[in-house]
Amino acid sequence: MTNETTIAVTSDVELVGRAKKGNLDAFEALANRYEQRVYSLALRMLRQEQDAEDVTQQTFLSAMENLKGFRGEASFSTWVLRIASHAALKVIRKRKGLDTVSLEEATEEEDSYGSIPHPEYIADWRQSPEELVRKNEIQRLLEDALAKLDEKHRLVFLLRDVEGLSVKEAAEALGLSEGNTKVRLLRARLQLREELTRTLGDPERRVVRTHRDH
Amino acid sequence: MKCAELLATLNEYVDGTVDPAICEVFEKHMAGCNPCQVVVDNIRKTITLYRDGRPYQLPVECRQRLHSALRERWKETHLTGGPAPA
Ligand SMILES: [Zn+2]
Repeated sequence: MTNETTIAVTSDVELVGRAKKGNLDAFEALANRYEQRVYSLALRMLRQEQDAEDVTQQTFLSAMENLKGFRGEASFSTWVLRIASHAALKVIRKRKGLDTVSLEEATEEEDSYGSIPHPEYIADWRQSPEELVRKNEIQRLLEDALAKLDEKHRLVFLLRDVEGLSVKEAAEALGLSEGNTKVRLLRARLQLREELTRTLGDPERRVVRTHRDH
Repeated sequence: MKCAELLATLNEYVDGTVDPAICEVFEKHMAGCNPCQVVVDNIRKTITLYRDGRPYQLPVECRQRLHSALRERWKETHLTGGPAPA
């Protein structure tokens, strides 16, 4: 019998091992650990609750089915988030009526660094991210700023910075060139920085560029 | 290096994948340019905030549906496999 207190402190690796041997409690414990993260990622990508729930369910069902093949090269969390992002991208492609891999828009010009807007509102933040993360009010601000990004920028940011894929992996998942992925990532990072700094920046420590050298 | 050029290598610098020679030039620029220094710091904090936040709660009913779906599938795939080892 597995009791709940021991399962709470059991490592992912151990739980995966037990689940592979046929222990459902171990698998459910893994789901308990990562279902919020998977759901959050899916909802951030899809912006639609029903779709996010479906993706969460598909993700864990698929993880269950493929568990035997999971060799532990990556951590369980990385593996499961990767399954989730692929499932979410599938939904996005379906919405767009695309059956191809690429989310590159045919009419889109290759993004270039030259067209990237320069930072405008520059100021040190009043609080550290650690202090901010503990506050619930901050989540509203974060999600609003994220929602303002174009989908193409948002997806790159989520895969690379939130989920921790490499630029190469994110490019592959999205069917984009690495170059384009990098430019989109930079745009996303700069735009989010701009939005957040307008609220979180300390107006008294606002920095104004004294010279325009570009 | 100018501020505009710094922007173009910002990703690599923040991700720690920048070429060492460029890294040196980058840091030299930052040492003499407060705005760029603050922008880099803001971006690092932005990424941390998004990475560490848990923005959404999986609704309780969704969670229940998820777990019953898992149990159901588990039964389908494990019944024929004989009893699980203790
Ligand atoms: Zn500068």
